[in-house]
Amino acid sequence: MNTDPLVCGQGTEPQQYEQRELMTSGHLACPGCGAAMAMRLALKAMGPDTVVVIPASCWAIIPGPFPYSNLKTPLMHTAFETTGAAISGVRAALDLQGKESTQVMGWAGDGGTFDIGLQSLSAAAERNENVLYVCYDNEAYMNTGIQRSGATPQYAWTTTTPTDHPKDEAKKNIDRIMAAHCIPYVATTTSGHPHDLMAKFAKARDIRGFRFIHVLCSCTAGWKIDSALSVEVMRLAVDCGLFPLYEVEDGIHYTINVQPKGASLKDYLMRQGRFRHMSDEHVASLQRQIEREWTWLEKQTRDS
Amino acid sequence: MSVTEVIMGNHAASEGVRLARTQVIAAYPITPQTQIVEKLSEMCARGELPARFIKVESEHSAMACCLAASQAGARAFTATSSQGLALMHELLFWTAYGRLPVVMANVNRAMAPGWNIWNDQTDSLAQRDTGWIQIYCETNQEVLDTVLMAFRLAETVDLPVMLVYDAFILSHTYEPVEIPDQKEADRFLPSRKAKFKIDTSAPRAFNPLVGAEHYMEFRHIMEQAHEEAKRAYKDIARDFSKKFHRSYDVMELVHADDSEIIIVTSGSITSTARVAIRELREKGEKAGLLKMRMLRPFPTEMLREAVGNSGAGKRITKLAVLDRDISHGAGGIWAQEIKAALAGVPNAPQVFPFHIGLGGRDVTTESIIEAYDYAKQHERPERAVWIGLKK
Repeated sequence: MNTDPLVCGQGTEPQQYEQRELMTSGHLACPGCGAAMAMRLALKAMGPDTVVVIPASCWAIIPGPFPYSNLKTPLMHTAFETTGAAISGVRAALDLQGKESTQVMGWAGDGGTFDIGLQSLSAAAERNENVLYVCYDNEAYMNTGIQRSGATPQYAWTTTTPTDHPKDEAKKNIDRIMAAHCIPYVATTTSGHPHDLMAKFAKARDIRGFRFIHVLCSCTAGWKIDSALSVEVMRLAVDCGLFPLYEVEDGIHYTINVQPKGASLKDYLMRQGRFRHMSDEHVASLQRQIEREWTWLEKQTRDS
Repeated sequence: MSVTEVIMGNHAASEGVRLARTQVIAAYPITPQTQIVEKLSEMCARGELPARFIKVESEHSAMACCLAASQAGARAFTATSSQGLALMHELLFWTAYGRLPVVMANVNRAMAPGWNIWNDQTDSLAQRDTGWIQIYCETNQEVLDTVLMAFRLAETVDLPVMLVYDAFILSHTYEPVEIPDQKEADRFLPSRKAKFKIDTSAPRAFNPLVGAEHYMEFRHIMEQAHEEAKRAYKDIARDFSKKFHRSYDVMELVHADDSEIIIVTSGSITSTARVAIRELREKGEKAGLLKMRMLRPFPTEMLREAVGNSGAGKRITKLAVLDRDISHGAGGIWAQEIKAALAGVPNAPQVFPFHIGLGGRDVTTESIIEAYDYAKQHERPERAVWIGLKK
């Protein structure tokens, strides 16, 4: 197990990635947007022979309106809940044209993945379609103005979970759900860990079958953080143990990539306006959830 | 050489899909459509049809797969009915507004609740505003032939086409069907050449954000494509007739020369109405029949020409429109369409709306004659008449 988040044990050096920018400037993302960083880095690992499929999400807006696009790859926008199905259709058509080496990458937000798109995602995974599905997770419906999703952490403020009654329910564990499909590859990463992120995309690129990468992406507006702190907060999410970086191969082989550095959960939470109302009891409760998750994860790692 | 086989309507659709050399099929089971895709699964498994068949988890995903495959340049097909079509509603817009030439067979089945698997056209008629071309079929032969015509029309004007036929009365009923051989089909329907498609060597963005400064133009261009579809259909039907010796106009007027009261039908009721008209004629009635094949684009000009009495006087006095459907609060959907098309035509006949055969209730020659008699005995229509309603 490699404890340095900058190399993550993949052995892929940064200079092996695409040097050109496949995501250009002039896009419509907010300053400090973790989702914009994620796409730029992901495409460097995936390369130009990639088709990107995007449902309703911030990323439906970020590339710019007709007749513009900030991606130098083909980009197909699709309906909110259809990413899993749409990438399957594109894959089928490309295969029939002999373009089996072209990568098909679905790119959906947490709402499009954890909630409305879960059905078509699950079905595409069950069919083991030869595609990469990426969930960029900023932990709420940010494009519609910060409403809670199944990915929103417990106790978080959103516009539909106001501080008078913040979110009751814990964040859905999408990674376990996807691992339970026994697909070739599931991985978690964040935009604050660029080498880890690119290494995982490069690894996923070279695997056949259904691949799922879950990228935690900061949202400065929804998390209520200063844009300058975007990367720092994402790194803290990992360092306090709340967002573990790991990989699951074939549903059973678990690898933890980064051991938390023991950063304080409370520090992570209190830097963000969306958590600042949390009581000490709530923080303690979340801390217990982290410990339970790590006990489970470490058991999987030992058993695999 | 073509062969003639006795096959069910659903298998006629499957044969058409095979002859069209369809590349991507995505579908989900629903009665009474299921045999279309069962047959296609067999054809794919045996290698008779070298297509990719994606067995999706819902009709919604079926259409999402098809439109995405179509966007990437493939010829794509799906089939559904009723609840499945309703579930697709959002993606029907997406396919049409994306200008993707997907072809779909919809086997007309009543909407629930209550659960009802029988014949009723409300499911497809309720999708009339989604931008799809819709063509209604009367016979199993027409189903097969319409699949080939539908792909050619769709790919000519970059619009999706729904071919529609009746649950059980066609879908599960065996009729002799002439199945063209592959060479004949290929001569009529060449392989698809997409004007634009997903291609990493020529990257494009499809279906992006479109603001108020462009949106209306997109709609206007698509409306022109529907106008173009009316012209293109005529050419395609002419070519089909030349190659296969079977003709399918967007509408068919029987006894055009001397009819006074015309029964207007769509789908398989047309065949029953042909018998009813014969009986009426034997009794000396000047009864006619208008079979509507195309709902969208609506053939307004042709309808006005056919029954608008533009020539001598007002010979055609009444249209008895049989609606196996209902738009609650507004009545029969075909009747509404026909009234709208004839509005402002000075010598237009009176339109008498009838509801008949909803949810699979049997439509007999007697029930059609009952509608005819009502129209004959009443000077003008008041409200829709329900034929066969229990007292």
